[in-house]
Amino acid sequence: MTWRAFLPIGVFLVLAVALFVGLGRNASIVPSALVGKPVPTFALPALDDQTRGFTSADLKGNGLSLVNVFASWCAPCRAEHPQLMALGQRDDVTLYAINYKDDPAKARAFLDKLGDPFAAIGADPTGRVSIDWGVYGVPETYIVNARGEIIYKHVGPIMPQDLEAKIVPLLDGAGS
Amino acid sequence: MIAEIGHYALVLALALALLLATLPMIGAARNDTLLMAAARPLAVGLAAFVLLAFGCLTTLYVVSDFSVVNVASNSHSAKPLLYKISGVWGNHEGSLVLWVFILALFGASVALLGGNLPARFRARVLSVQAMIALGFLLFTLLTSNPFLRLDPVPANGAGLNPLLQDPGLAFHPPFLYLGYVGFSVAFSFAVAALIEGRVDPAWARWVRPWTLAAWIALTFGIALGSWWAYYELGWGGWWFWDPVENASFMPWLAGTALLHSAIVVEKRDTLKSWTILLAILTFSLSLLGTFIVRSGVITSVHAFASDPARGVFILAFLVLVVGGSLALYAVRAPMLRPGGLFQPVSREGALVVNNVLLAVATGTVLLGTLYPLIEDVVSGQKGSVGPPYYALTFVPLMIPLIVAMGIGPLLKWKRDELGAVLRRVWLAFVLALGVAVVVAYLQDGGPVMALVGVALGVWLIIASLVKWAEQVRLTDGLAGLGRRIRRLRGGVWGMVLAHLGLGVAVLGMTASTAWEEAVLQVMAPGETVSVGGYDFTFEGVTPLPGPNYTAVTGRFLVSRAGRPFAVLDPETRYYAEPPMTTTEAAIRPTLWGDLYAVVGEEARTGGWAVRIYFKPLQHWIWWGAAIMGFGGLLSLFDRRWRVGVAARARARESETIGVPAT
Repeated sequence: MTWRAFLPIGVFLVLAVALFVGLGRNASIVPSALVGKPVPTFALPALDDQTRGFTSADLKGNGLSLVNVFASWCAPCRAEHPQLMALGQRDDVTLYAINYKDDPAKARAFLDKLGDPFAAIGADPTGRVSIDWGVYGVPETYIVNARGEIIYKHVGPIMPQDLEAKIVPLLDGAGS
Repeated sequence: MIAEIGHYALVLALALALLLATLPMIGAARNDTLLMAAARPLAVGLAAFVLLAFGCLTTLYVVSDFSVVNVASNSHSAKPLLYKISGVWGNHEGSLVLWVFILALFGASVALLGGNLPARFRARVLSVQAMIALGFLLFTLLTSNPFLRLDPVPANGAGLNPLLQDPGLAFHPPFLYLGYVGFSVAFSFAVAALIEGRVDPAWARWVRPWTLAAWIALTFGIALGSWWAYYELGWGGWWFWDPVENASFMPWLAGTALLHSAIVVEKRDTLKSWTILLAILTFSLSLLGTFIVRSGVITSVHAFASDPARGVFILAFLVLVVGGSLALYAVRAPMLRPGGLFQPVSREGALVVNNVLLAVATGTVLLGTLYPLIEDVVSGQKGSVGPPYYALTFVPLMIPLIVAMGIGPLLKWKRDELGAVLRRVWLAFVLALGVAVVVAYLQDGGPVMALVGVALGVWLIIASLVKWAEQVRLTDGLAGLGRRIRRLRGGVWGMVLAHLGLGVAVLGMTASTAWEEAVLQVMAPGETVSVGGYDFTFEGVTPLPGPNYTAVTGRFLVSRAGRPFAVLDPETRYYAEPPMTTTEAAIRPTLWGDLYAVVGEEARTGGWAVRIYFKPLQHWIWWGAAIMGFGGLLSLFDRRWRVGVAARARARESETIGVPAT
């Protein structure tokens, strides 16, 4: 008779363990249908005359690339920018950016203040190209190999712990 | 300065919560009246300080103080005042402060209105309530402090998500939280009763009004949210089985079961252990909802900025609160003596059927919500279940539930005869069948499930009216009928209206899903399309400035049988901060259905992409929900709850002279 009274807590504990495992797993790794696939074909105009346009050709045959989708109006983008600046110091990866639904002047002000690690910045005012990339919020970051295939997608800001735990090991592994 | 006062008020509230969580509990164990008496002033003080913190945060939003991170990242100086205020709870940190404020408010209400509770029991209830507040205050201060400053101060804020700039959504979260958090009272009552090891009809009588108040708020909150989704998102749907919608729906289902099982405890002094378990589970599901929304463990369109660190904290808290209370339940519940067995055909028998079906339904929703997580943990795959899953599991459970809802209220307590009761509802049965046949004829058949839905809706409405007619003895003639109607107890009104409202909502859900007519096409100005028997002529679009957006508005002239009927002006708004496009559907509700028009983007070939729908009985869903909530309010103000002793005496009196108890 009394074992029945323990049933609810038993079920709950199993659930709690599942929640805990789930918490560790998919915090920010949302698998993209595009991981392992070639990048979409696109050609974005330059953000302004201080940079150049960004096209899918940039991502093929030029070693590892990192594509960051950002906007000046997005607070988490501000938070992750120091990490991007740090990645910009590396020689084995080229950083590109897609400026998502933004005012070019504000985007430039953002980069003037926080630094510009990008080799090229494409402006995507309507978000059309970002849709092809499978972006559903800013910031998002993609790592692309020399064959132009997406090997990793990071949803949300790259925080210092993400840099250490995921991005840097990935770049080190893919570069060697 | 204001931010620092708010921060300090939260810290003081934390200190008061710590005292309230411990002193009265110790007092109750040691029989120390002084410590027990501290519970009431402490509960009021806790609410006062959280109110102060909430007031400070609201002030910061109203004056647009962008030196505070939370305001800078969620508000903008060009925003209308209403949305500056609703911006307070439109983000993770602010909504937590609202959560704690409502929690403390409920605690203070129990302290102030709970004069009829025994002092020891009240002390324990308030202590348990404060333990929950303690956890949430710690969570706020340690991981989600809304009062942090920002340096340098930005010139302007980042703006509130335009989708959230809507009156429906401004009031949706407060109602939802009133519901979620309101169930904490039932939880605290259950835990206090387990500590005391005693559950009796008086307990059920105390806990019911609080559960009912929470249920009413949650009913309105869910209805507002679904109404907002319907007219603001422009998808034309009203319920998507999204994890966060489910997070609010599960406590509602469990809370509905709790309301009904508490009646059995009150009237028949049995089903106690189950009712206690339901009280714990209902609030646990509210906490689980909070966890799902804020931890990022399940992705949803609603999710707040998810942060695993916060997720770990809430999960730990969840384990402490839910695990702790269920452990207490496991130890103490066997001590609650079960009541006698019941007859299957009796009021309590029907209420048990209600409880079993609602509990299983809650379970199916829980399973569907957690399915992506379970699949991920078990097989590493990511998937999710959609409406087809719910159509196969949840909907079939509702069919026997609604059938039982028509019969249950007519059954007598203890023992009844099914044949006699069925003879009393023959009218409902015949009408339900008749309407379904007529609809089938008019619609050339239609999906079988839709016809079943129509029959069920009509059945429930008529059966509820039969109950009402019997209660006011309609067949005794008109003499004195007005007096009999006026004297009908609020509880009976509440039951009849809540059941009837569900019937109305079921008709709306069925008809709008099964017989919707839609046209999606590119229209050039001057073109006409016919939808649902109405002719829509597109007049073209004009630009329109707004307070913090620019918009284009399209115009449709709607006529019916050649006569002008309505003008629909759907809008598409372009917000600058943050840049985003929202659609404002133009909706003209009529009694028999909604005309719904959306104007989208300009087509490259000229003309505009438009969507026009006719949604039969669409608004019945929300009218039904409003009737349910209104019924709940009538029941809440039933005099029975208000005056403890006198009402109990009256109840005893009415039982002895044989008025059917309800």
